[in-house]
Amino acid sequence: MAIELNKEEPVIVTQTIDHPRQSVISNFFSVFLENKAAVVGGLIILFYIFIAIFAPFLAPYHPHEINLENKLVPPSMDHWMGTDDKGRDILSRILYGSRLSMGVGFAAVIFGAFFGITLGLIAGYYGKWVDSIIMRCMDVLLAFPGILLALAIVSALGPSLINVTIAVGAFSVPLFARIVRGSTLEVKQLEYIDAIRTLGANDGTIIFKHILPNILSPIIVQGTLRVATAILSAAGLSFLGLGAQPPSSEWGTMLSSGRDFLFTAPYIAIFPGLAIALLVLGFNIFGDGLRDAFDPRMKK
Amino acid sequence: MTELNEILLEVKDLKTHFHTKHGVSKAVDGIDFTLRKGETLGIVGESGCGKSITSLSILRLIPSPPGKIAGGQILYKGRDLVTLPDNEMRKIRGNDISMIFQEPMTSLNPVIPVGEQIAEAIRLHQKMSKKEARLKAVDMLKLVGIPSPEKRAKQEPFQLSGGMRQRVMIAMALSCNPEVLIADEPTTALDVTIQAQILELIKELQARLGMGVMMITHDLGVVAETCDTVAVMYAGNIVEHASTQNLFDDPKHPYTRGLLASLPKIDEDRDELYTIEGSVPSAYNMPVGCRFASRCEFAQAVCLEKKPDLIEQSDGTKVRCWMYSDEWAGAKPTEEVFN
Repeated sequence: MAIELNKEEPVIVTQTIDHPRQSVISNFFSVFLENKAAVVGGLIILFYIFIAIFAPFLAPYHPHEINLENKLVPPSMDHWMGTDDKGRDILSRILYGSRLSMGVGFAAVIFGAFFGITLGLIAGYYGKWVDSIIMRCMDVLLAFPGILLALAIVSALGPSLINVTIAVGAFSVPLFARIVRGSTLEVKQLEYIDAIRTLGANDGTIIFKHILPNILSPIIVQGTLRVATAILSAAGLSFLGLGAQPPSSEWGTMLSSGRDFLFTAPYIAIFPGLAIALLVLGFNIFGDGLRDAFDPRMKK
Repeated sequence: MTELNEILLEVKDLKTHFHTKHGVSKAVDGIDFTLRKGETLGIVGESGCGKSITSLSILRLIPSPPGKIAGGQILYKGRDLVTLPDNEMRKIRGNDISMIFQEPMTSLNPVIPVGEQIAEAIRLHQKMSKKEARLKAVDMLKLVGIPSPEKRAKQEPFQLSGGMRQRVMIAMALSCNPEVLIADEPTTALDVTIQAQILELIKELQARLGMGVMMITHDLGVVAETCDTVAVMYAGNIVEHASTQNLFDDPKHPYTRGLLASLPKIDEDRDELYTIEGSVPSAYNMPVGCRFASRCEFAQAVCLEKKPDLIEQSDGTKVRCWMYSDEWAGAKPTEEVFN
């Protein structure tokens, strides 16, 4: 009987606490690598990052170089993706545009995550009225449809890519805050938080050194998925003329300028559209893969 | 010798109440004790009697709301901890009064190497570079008897066994040389052989560092092995406060007697162990009289009407029971009742 009891104990332990780090490291790769779609997603993202970094070396033409003699050339050996109504090489523009679109995506998420995580930690850790006030504000933000909120912010601040970044970041804040608050509530009642408090740690140390590192996985997953949405929203706002302004090679802007030629020269709009779609797809399936890999229920 | 008798901790009429929607739960309701340098005080009692709340009250870590220290004083070297501002209190925690917990499996941060955690505890109170603190952490691991401490310091909690983790907890708690160590059921979650090792370690370190130790436990075996004096708690009160020798040789309060009688004895063959009938009164609705009266075989009318005080006996034991007062007219208990 005693032996049986002893056998049972470690099992309970492995399920409850033994241990985030272990599951993250050893299980992460085995689960993640088995998910072929997620690996493909990761490769797509790496591919885009590569393009963004090496755009000047890869692009055959300057993205803003106007060549009216060569306007509206369909895809050919000289211009793989054709040229637009001002004779600019679409491939080169897309390559350069990856910097803008990804930059906006990442910057918006970093902005949103920074404020969302901070607010979520404060709300979850202090609870009571602090929590109520912060989370009700987040609820108000969430009540607006994301793109509408972004529209309002951009029209208040004026159209520019930076303002689009702020606007898109702003509607990520409540999403991060919610996730972080939930995880904080869970972690803060664990015994090691009490233990470090009995040793005299202050709130800052407890929050940033002991709670935050233990709730990173949901934040990473949410962050990855949000990048996709942010890229899409930023492109959408630029399409509406609120973001990057012509002659910028931001993909949404390119899409917008190609819309007049949809019947005569569809490739002007199709290629930037595909570039957006593929990148967003990459982030989405990569994020899903991460979620599965971090999920303890997927543990083997 | 005078230094050894220095009073470290003096708890006077401590009351910790919880205000919930069901009413006020008086988890700790007026307890007194003192802890001297080098002394081990045992606090025994069943689950929910208030022993852990007592220790959390001393460190002012009662979840508030709903919990609140409703009255009394906790004097640490003459300073009242109850009224200390928060930042002063933080300096006391870990540095002067430290605590180890019941569950070594969950008391360490799972994502930080153990050496790093000890180093952090050191740096909370001592001005030291990270490197120095890390070296001291290795020393602490050596002190608590962990083999190859340099290697272990770099490992994360999941790589250590339960006993080792409890040693790490002790190393963390002792890293700033506290004067008082509160051990809240330090061995309950460990298996028997490891229990003995951990108790031995605490005793040894206490002798070496001259700390006062508050040993909170429900295990009378642990008390017999480690404590100098014992306070038995029942429903938020101390019902008997005695030297360990007296408590085991001549238990006085019917509850203490019941507890001791319910232990299996190695030289006796019996099928059924003694049990104390009934259950603990609800913390929301404590009886006006003696809190043990409803379960006591000797209870008289006076027990139900008035709460007894702690009455000091000739052998120094203090007991909260009418039987030991001058007014008592009824029969005194004899050993037979409990056999």
